[in-house]
Amino acid sequence: MNADTQTATKTMNMIEAINSAMDVMLARDSNVVVMGEDVGFFGGVFRATAGLQKKHGKTRVFDTPINECGIIGVAVGMGAYGLRPVPEIQFADYIYPGLDQLVSEAARLRYRSAADFICPMTVRTPFGGGIFGGQTHSQSPESIMTHICGVKTVIPSNPYDAKGLLIAAIEDNDPVVFLEPKRIYNGPFSGYYDRPVEPWSKHAASAVPEDYYRIELGKAATVREGDALTILAYGTMVHVTKTIVEEMGIDAEIIDLRTLLPLDIDAIEASVKKTGRCLVIHEATRTSGFGAELAALVQERCFYHLEAPVERVTGFDTPYPHSLEWAYFPGPVRIATALTKILKD
Amino acid sequence: MPETDRRPASNLPPLSLHIPEPRYRPGDTPDFGDIVVPAVDATPRPSEATKPDAMRDLCYGLVRVLDFDGQAKGQWDPKLSPERLRTMLRYMMLVRAFDDRMFRAQRQGKTSFYMKCTGEEATSVASTMALDRGDMCFPSYRQQGILIARDYPLIQMMNQIYSNRGDHLMGRQLPIMYSAPEHGFFSVSGNLATQYPQAVGWAMASASKGDSRIATVWCGEGSSAEGDFHSALTFATVYNAPVIFNVVNNQWAISSFSGFAGGERTTFAARAVGYGIAGLRIDGNDPLAVYAATQWAADRARTNNGPTLIEHFTYRSEGHSTSDDPTAYRPAEEPTIWPFGDPIDRLRQHLETLGEWDNERHETQRAELDELVKTTQKQSEKLGILGHGMHQPFETMFQDVFEDMPWHLKEQCTQMLAEQEAKFGPDWKPE
Repeated sequence: MNADTQTATKTMNMIEAINSAMDVMLARDSNVVVMGEDVGFFGGVFRATAGLQKKHGKTRVFDTPINECGIIGVAVGMGAYGLRPVPEIQFADYIYPGLDQLVSEAARLRYRSAADFICPMTVRTPFGGGIFGGQTHSQSPESIMTHICGVKTVIPSNPYDAKGLLIAAIEDNDPVVFLEPKRIYNGPFSGYYDRPVEPWSKHAASAVPEDYYRIELGKAATVREGDALTILAYGTMVHVTKTIVEEMGIDAEIIDLRTLLPLDIDAIEASVKKTGRCLVIHEATRTSGFGAELAALVQERCFYHLEAPVERVTGFDTPYPHSLEWAYFPGPVRIATALTKILKD
Repeated sequence: MPETDRRPASNLPPLSLHIPEPRYRPGDTPDFGDIVVPAVDATPRPSEATKPDAMRDLCYGLVRVLDFDGQAKGQWDPKLSPERLRTMLRYMMLVRAFDDRMFRAQRQGKTSFYMKCTGEEATSVASTMALDRGDMCFPSYRQQGILIARDYPLIQMMNQIYSNRGDHLMGRQLPIMYSAPEHGFFSVSGNLATQYPQAVGWAMASASKGDSRIATVWCGEGSSAEGDFHSALTFATVYNAPVIFNVVNNQWAISSFSGFAGGERTTFAARAVGYGIAGLRIDGNDPLAVYAATQWAADRARTNNGPTLIEHFTYRSEGHSTSDDPTAYRPAEEPTIWPFGDPIDRLRQHLETLGEWDNERHETQRAELDELVKTTQKQSEKLGILGHGMHQPFETMFQDVFEDMPWHLKEQCTQMLAEQEAKFGPDWKPE
């Protein structure tokens, strides 16, 4: 924890921590505005903005038309004026109508204008499956974001990180896509969908300072130290992975990347050189997924330390199915199979 | 099996698909006789606070001030002083002189690309002159007149066009994609109509801060078909944003005539009707009509009466860009028979009619502006031209992707510098 976090903490779930980050920033900086579909009076479909309009006023926290191109485009213009917009895209699956404004405008504005204009925007959006959302409420588009030059991509995995990272993202002078793993909004997920959900209150990372603090972007966290292999994960999969390795009694080192771009390559390199094995896990589709980038980087930098090929555990290259959701999800069986394989080699 | 045989058996008449086609192609004799030219004083000027639904006719009419004899008439006459009119004429003539020179520079191989705005000078120059200096302009690629009318240094425009070492954008942008925040000119994007929602966002920010500045934005009729245009109008009407939307209807989007943006069915100003905002259709070749309409819309926006969409009915006299040959798709004589003439000729005629200008002054000014452009061009070319040497340090390629350069860009930058050293030797420096 940072030195300036000696304030009172409160038990928060991810939603409450994200809400608190925006609340703190709305109070600290009069240029911060929060907007999106249903975020105002109602407080967002996942309640992430609950109470913020009432507290900070309608010109600071407001509803928008159902128009993602407009939401992101308007935010670019607000940034050019000098505001620090925090637009919400209701589901990451809905970001595509706004993608041109993100790729060609927000991400390129600093470069094309030689910093005459900047885009200090943070796009918050829930992503990932495991809530029976079907193919239009479950996607994980993080590798589309990391493939855009000029955008930072951040994915928290717990309430404490979510607040600190979101504050850092809002304060960042470049556009940040802040992907929120919605399966763990209310509690960490073990990967066993048929077991009761454990609430965040039983997890250490639910103790969240009520005031301002930030977690630097681009820094990974070691969730579990170990020597048998390195597992690179982020978001929901951090918790699923942890459950499985503990069940199997494997001494794995789990690295929660937290920021995909810029990536904490030093943490990855140090861990893989120590363990000699690397498993990459994500929920997104496999081909051209972020795992491919991670596998390539590990191979480029740690090849002579590797004792087995880098393995990937991912979602399948299909749309996210509704009824067969748990057959798609990279759950305990897929992870255990990969672990067995990589440790046998 | 032939296409027609695939139709299911039915007694109903066959459907047919309409593919728009301009009336005239190369070889045809064009005739614009059917374009309705309302009388100069036929269009009333409503108060700036008029509700949009009480002024819908203005979306289908044509605001005019100058008649074809050079007289200013009617309620829309902005009654500018002769001095102001001469300034306007000078700016428009400077834009044309600049365009001619830079077009030639491209043909001489000094840069990769150029876009003229010949015949459309009024739509940016007169419009900008009617705004306050602090108002923010979100241009498309054909609004060099904004920069000229705000006295942006010509040499900076040329440096950008040449991507030379004086280019403050460091050679990163295609020629003419200027950026000039101190002159209220947003960075030009190569993607079409993306500036539309951005202008609305800027205007919303200004309103939410209790500022008094407004935003104004331009696109062509062709790019009014983009989703961004409609996103922008939706947001503007929802939040009553203080913004002016300009659609420069110059009839052509590269080779596609306005019918491919819906121009066969209604006017572009009429887009305002569906969004419940004010719309004005104006003679875009009449600088006083452009000035008056912009002033009206600016007053309206500044008094919290909401956005206005202005369709500038004009004609793109030249090609889309240096990469275009318009005689391949439209009759060569079309520009010369455009019923609304040329904006520079019309303002000149007006000033002459007032006894405030004459042929000698005009020719003197033309020569003076040509000389100014030529002299500036020589200064700019001393800082380099495109394709003749490298003008920016190589590492500038990696700067400004982010505020702080992350490790992966630093690594790639090191790699690129090593490549350049291998190519040019260790002592090589950009010119």
